[in-house]
Amino acid sequence: MSEERKYLFDNPRNTRLVVRALVAACVILAGLDLVLHRHGEHPWEGVIGFYSLYGFVACVLLVLLAKEMRKLVMRDEDYYERRGQDDD
Amino acid sequence: MNVGGKTMTDLLAPVLPLFLGAILSGFTRGWLRAVVMMAAPVLGGLGVYQLEPGTLIQAELFGMTLTPVRVDSLSILFGYLFHLAAFIGVIYALHVRDRLQDVAALAYAGSAVGAVFAGDLLTLFIYWELMALTSVALILARRTEQAFGAGMRYLVMQVGSGVLLLAGTIIYASSGAGLSFDYIGLDAPGSWLIFLAFGIKSAFPFLHNWLTDAYPEATPSGTVFLSAFTTKVAVYALARGYAGTEILVYIGALMACFPIFYAVIENDLRRVLAYSMINQVGFMVVGIGIGTELALNGAVAHAFNDVIFKGLLMMSMGAVLHVTGEMRGSELGGLYKKMPKTAVLCMVGAASISAFPLFSGFVSKSMVMSAAVMEGYDWVWLALLFASAGVFHHAGIKIPFFAFFAHDSRFVAEAREAPNNMLIAMTIAAVLCIGIGVYPVFLYDLLPFETGYTPYDTSHVLAQMQLLAFSALAFTWLKLAHIYPPELKSVNLDAEWLYRYVVPDAIQKFMVRLTSVKEQTSRYTQAVLGMAQRGLARHHGEHGLLARTWPTGSMVLWVAVLLGLSLVLYYF
Repeated sequence: MSEERKYLFDNPRNTRLVVRALVAACVILAGLDLVLHRHGEHPWEGVIGFYSLYGFVACVLLVLLAKEMRKLVMRDEDYYERRGQDDD
Repeated sequence: MNVGGKTMTDLLAPVLPLFLGAILSGFTRGWLRAVVMMAAPVLGGLGVYQLEPGTLIQAELFGMTLTPVRVDSLSILFGYLFHLAAFIGVIYALHVRDRLQDVAALAYAGSAVGAVFAGDLLTLFIYWELMALTSVALILARRTEQAFGAGMRYLVMQVGSGVLLLAGTIIYASSGAGLSFDYIGLDAPGSWLIFLAFGIKSAFPFLHNWLTDAYPEATPSGTVFLSAFTTKVAVYALARGYAGTEILVYIGALMACFPIFYAVIENDLRRVLAYSMINQVGFMVVGIGIGTELALNGAVAHAFNDVIFKGLLMMSMGAVLHVTGEMRGSELGGLYKKMPKTAVLCMVGAASISAFPLFSGFVSKSMVMSAAVMEGYDWVWLALLFASAGVFHHAGIKIPFFAFFAHDSRFVAEAREAPNNMLIAMTIAAVLCIGIGVYPVFLYDLLPFETGYTPYDTSHVLAQMQLLAFSALAFTWLKLAHIYPPELKSVNLDAEWLYRYVVPDAIQKFMVRLTSVKEQTSRYTQAVLGMAQRGLARHHGEHGLLARTWPTGSMVLWVAVLLGLSLVLYYF
């Protein structure tokens, strides 16, 4: 029966596996900074961990700021359709 | 027919296959329609292949020299691109039974091709407006109330852009610069109007909402066509007319950054892609503003890649919309179970737009980034780096995650894989994304300049991999820690709030006030008239003082009064 069919991510183990693989990839990539010589076009590019840190901080900042932005700009789904009807 | 010694066929050479295809698709049905629709972009593409760079086809009209066809490396690149995009789009739309969309899509593609081969500003204007008129049909064809409203707002902006272009052209040409469309710059008379016209179509900040408003309201296949042409014609026009204009660097950096915030909190996944499109055009605009050979190559190469990978992403979301009838992230999820092929193809598009090494975005975006550093735009480079991390976050992860993974939605039980023609179109785009990423020489050979740039060196690849891996880590952490904002049924206010809410609201309130003023005035007028009527009745009515006298008598009385008065005045 198709209803009983288990899909890839129905098993929480697989989800955990993906997360662990990602963490491992991050560790390896950040570690490569120590091994590989980098010839950047900008002096900051030579700083160890620059891209790793920048990527992480940029995304966290992006999400936190966007969350704050919601307080300012988020409205109900029918906000534009309802315009003017409240006054009547 | 002859115009200035040239036959109509000469003057319309590059656009003829697509326009003829558009006309024929209006009269054919079944397999014949499919053949016509697919043959038009193929024949058009072959036609571009046969064009000789350096060709100018000119005609005299009312004493003006027009250049309907100008062939050079830039126009050839965009010519190929648009035929390719039209071909993919046509296959994607083969299952649609809607003549309006068939005709509009091919005519729209033809207008875009005409615009990039236009050698003078007047011809450009004509194709510019034709694009507006043909593309709006793809929005209206959704046949919903929202689509109609968005389509009308879209049309006003697009036609407005054309009007600015025409006004600028008239001022520019009459200042002695002539009609030919080459480098314009911001110093020439009328050049700001033309700049603004191009700016509207390339979705400059505050002029961008037509895109995020209308594209998500179009039909599933309509959005695929829309995302390919209008903004890219504008990028082409900016590259032709305003290369090296410094203000574009800052406009582009702003375009690359601000839409990603909206993309993170937007619920409609095609609107997320629309914001992401402004973000990608931002990279191109920065490249054009820097204006070096590397930067311009990067800008047009990125335009090329963006049409393919953004098309792929739009197609995958269109497939989800086609199957489920839903596009809101809050309602979708878990579809990888029933649409695994669409999910994988979507992730290829996601990897390309995120500029993963070996995918197409990487080989073009890195050119713009390198050029920014080389020319000393440090802050702009940092902004673009931020935008690169952000685009992975919202387009690379958010789109596939909320559509195909996350929690199982109510659609999972009934959903099925997308129709074959949609899968084929997406596969072609996906193959191109990987093909260009793995073997970028394909694309580099078409670029206007020879720069000897190589994207694949250890530093570039490692840097990009680190940036992306840690962006993904950030997403995962925020998601697992429940900090990531959930998808909510909502709309987010943007610059459009001004013309969709504030101004209409003010007008409505003004009209309400005007109504009350009108009522008060009419009440007052009635009161005055009533008083006058009563006064007249008192003096001239049945029992009125003046009514008692015969009219001649009253006249004699008044004459006597006047004479008496003048006599009195005479003595003073």
